[in-house]
Amino acid sequence: MNPIERYVHRRFARVSRSAEQRVGLAAGVRWALRYVFPDHWSFLLGEIALYSFIVLVATGIYLTLFYIPSDSQVIYHGPYALLQGEQMSEAYRSVLNISFTVPAGLLFRQVHHWAADVFIASIVLHLIRIFFTGAYRKPRDLNYFIGLTMLMLAILEGFAGYSLVDDLLSGMGLAIAYGVAVAIPGIGGQFATLIWGGPFPGNSTFWPRLEIVHVLLIPVTLAVLITLHLVMIMRQHHSQFPGPGRRERNVVGTPTWPAYALRSIGLMLAVAGVLFLLGGLIQINPIWQWGPYHPYLSENGAQPDWYIGWLIGALRLMPNWELVISGRTVIPNPFWGGAAFPLFVFAIMFAWPAIERRFTGDVRRHDLLERPRDRPIRTAIGAGFLSWVVIVFAVGSTDRIFYRLGVSYTLQIHVWRVGIWIIPIVVFFVTLSACRALQRTGAHPLRAWQGQVIQRTGDGRVEVLAGSPDRDTPPISEPPVGTAPAEEARSR
Amino acid sequence: MSPDDPSPVTRWGRLLGALVALGTTARAAARRGPVPRPPGAGEVDPSERTVPASPRAESIVAVLLLLAAVFAFAFTVLYIVLSGNTQLLGIAMGGALLLLAVACIVAGKLVVPQETHVEERGPLLVEEETEEVIHIIEAGGQGISRRALLVGAGGVAGAALLTATATPLASLGPTLGPLHHTPWARGVRLVDDEARPYLASDIQIGTFYTALPEHGDPEAFGAGLLVVRLPANFIDLPAARRDWAPYGILAYSKICPHAGCAISLYRYPTYAPTSQIPAFTCPCHYSTFLPGEGGRLIFGPAGRALPQLPLMVDGQGYLRAAGPFHEDIGPSWWGVHRSQS
Repeated sequence: MNPIERYVHRRFARVSRSAEQRVGLAAGVRWALRYVFPDHWSFLLGEIALYSFIVLVATGIYLTLFYIPSDSQVIYHGPYALLQGEQMSEAYRSVLNISFTVPAGLLFRQVHHWAADVFIASIVLHLIRIFFTGAYRKPRDLNYFIGLTMLMLAILEGFAGYSLVDDLLSGMGLAIAYGVAVAIPGIGGQFATLIWGGPFPGNSTFWPRLEIVHVLLIPVTLAVLITLHLVMIMRQHHSQFPGPGRRERNVVGTPTWPAYALRSIGLMLAVAGVLFLLGGLIQINPIWQWGPYHPYLSENGAQPDWYIGWLIGALRLMPNWELVISGRTVIPNPFWGGAAFPLFVFAIMFAWPAIERRFTGDVRRHDLLERPRDRPIRTAIGAGFLSWVVIVFAVGSTDRIFYRLGVSYTLQIHVWRVGIWIIPIVVFFVTLSACRALQRTGAHPLRAWQGQVIQRTGDGRVEVLAGSPDRDTPPISEPPVGTAPAEEARSR
Repeated sequence: MSPDDPSPVTRWGRLLGALVALGTTARAAARRGPVPRPPGAGEVDPSERTVPASPRAESIVAVLLLLAAVFAFAFTVLYIVLSGNTQLLGIAMGGALLLLAVACIVAGKLVVPQETHVEERGPLLVEEETEEVIHIIEAGGQGISRRALLVGAGGVAGAALLTATATPLASLGPTLGPLHHTPWARGVRLVDDEARPYLASDIQIGTFYTALPEHGDPEAFGAGLLVVRLPANFIDLPAARRDWAPYGILAYSKICPHAGCAISLYRYPTYAPTSQIPAFTCPCHYSTFLPGEGGRLIFGPAGRALPQLPLMVDGQGYLRAAGPFHEDIGPSWWGVHRSQS
């Protein structure tokens, strides 16, 4: 130790003791510093979501300093020439000002928008990882429910966020949201007029309400749920893939301090860095192109942010069924696609752990993950269900497919109304047989290697050092991680 | 752009090249790092600790940190000098963050000690402790003879208080009354979005016009109308609506009765033998309605026809509403008035 280091050490020790005399947290801090994180890339998807949320809060706070939640009609006189003299809401004008007159305003707005898309995308990928590796099983089922709740809130939050802009695109989105809200059987009319303060487009109080939902109510709820999510995980410790030395009752990995902390901080900075590059270089939601919203205006070719795509797809795919009993509308059409469909998808996901317990009778605690192939039925059901939702999502872009590729819109809808029921079944059986084939060969689906390693010896012969299992030569690689649970699965 | 111009593209190319070179160096340094442990099998203790720090890795991290500082400083300079060029600011901030990120990751993998640690997972349910907690909680009720009564009364009080707290939420919105309201009534003139009244002769065949109520709120949901003129061979209205379309001019609510978007696509046959009959389409979910047949739906998810507004032409040739809508406009709800046709 050189003198400077010795000085720093003494100061650090003194400050630590002084703090400890007041808070007494050393045991907890020691526990946190030694907490073990299993090393697997798929565990980082949730971290990406967490770090996107941090970027969202930081950029969002900046945006609230300039946003005005008001529908007062004003005349635009800002620097954007094409909207000069246009009548618009004060809310829309304030977002135009963020984009054109506030220095760095457009950067922060675009970073915020990109971060929202990445936030929800990483939550969905995280959920897919959780599902296909069985990480939602006891004791993590409660945490899985919290995650699903956060996904619902995140979608709502994203929608509220881009609705605040009050440009033509967001106005159309709000009109559809109103159409879905008002369609809720029985209470829809009261519910929608309660939220909007009257029939669409509502009264002036709607805008402060939407803003407070977007900047306070949902973010605070998300922050509380994220905290719960993390506290629960730390109490249970991370799950891990099986492997040498890895058992149900231990965790093998990198302790928080110092290596994992540095890597994770690195990931946070990388997420923020990529979001800033995206926000700076790749335009997203050019609100000035659409102009202000008026209920009597709309634009063709409107596409929502990606996480709303499945709802627009469901609304489009749904046949024009409305339940009418003796001239009285009981279930208006938008309820099916806009509310019943997403609620059904989430209900299935919430119910899944219980459904699986019911069929397997497995109520034990599980801390080792399963490879998707080792639970072929679960994986096949998951893949089929996912394909079902993805098709509906893709139908949300049928008008763009017509525009770009010239495939008739009506034809696409008619085809998908049938395909939506056939393709998931096909996906189910294809996945099932793929899982079983992978179980038999033991090959990695992506890393399956078909080559050989050969060496020419001194006397000119060719000696095979290693080859793929298909070639009757023994592989020298270690046995694939997680062979043990496969046997367990078969013996069940 | 001449080939020897130091164009921005080549400058970015050089920067990219420098970054790739840096990455390669880092990878090379990584390879010189800890040797991967040969794979074991069965119950082995995989914990290990190596201290890989090398002057080379340390200087890479230092260079990355200084570069990050340069980018971050550039952000401030660009903000002041260019007063917010979005692209450059994004590159500066994104670059600073990414360089810091790489510095952290390189430090995390090549500078600080590398450990694989094994931690035991305790049981979550400890029987005795749980028993004790249950006992402590239940012991709080000792000696109380009418426990059920107290708990019940407490529950009632809680529920009543909760209801009382939630009741003011009703102030948020009005009751259903205004849902049925539109600004259209007999005699209201049709005007365009700059408040100029429409003459019947303004309405040409082959396109559609957006009309709003004169002196009415243009932002009201029911305000917008679609107005078209059709030749007689395309008009086949229900008997009760025969006189709703003077001179073949028809008016419909512009709000789609599916989910409330404004209808803004109009199909009019340009070549009769191959084209289809005139139709309105909503750009949100593609509900398609026939203006010649009282707004009948021929495709898409809408559950009812497009509401039609009866028209008349006054003595000076202006278009006026001949009455209110005969059904509710906009998306349907429980209790919506549907057309009887």
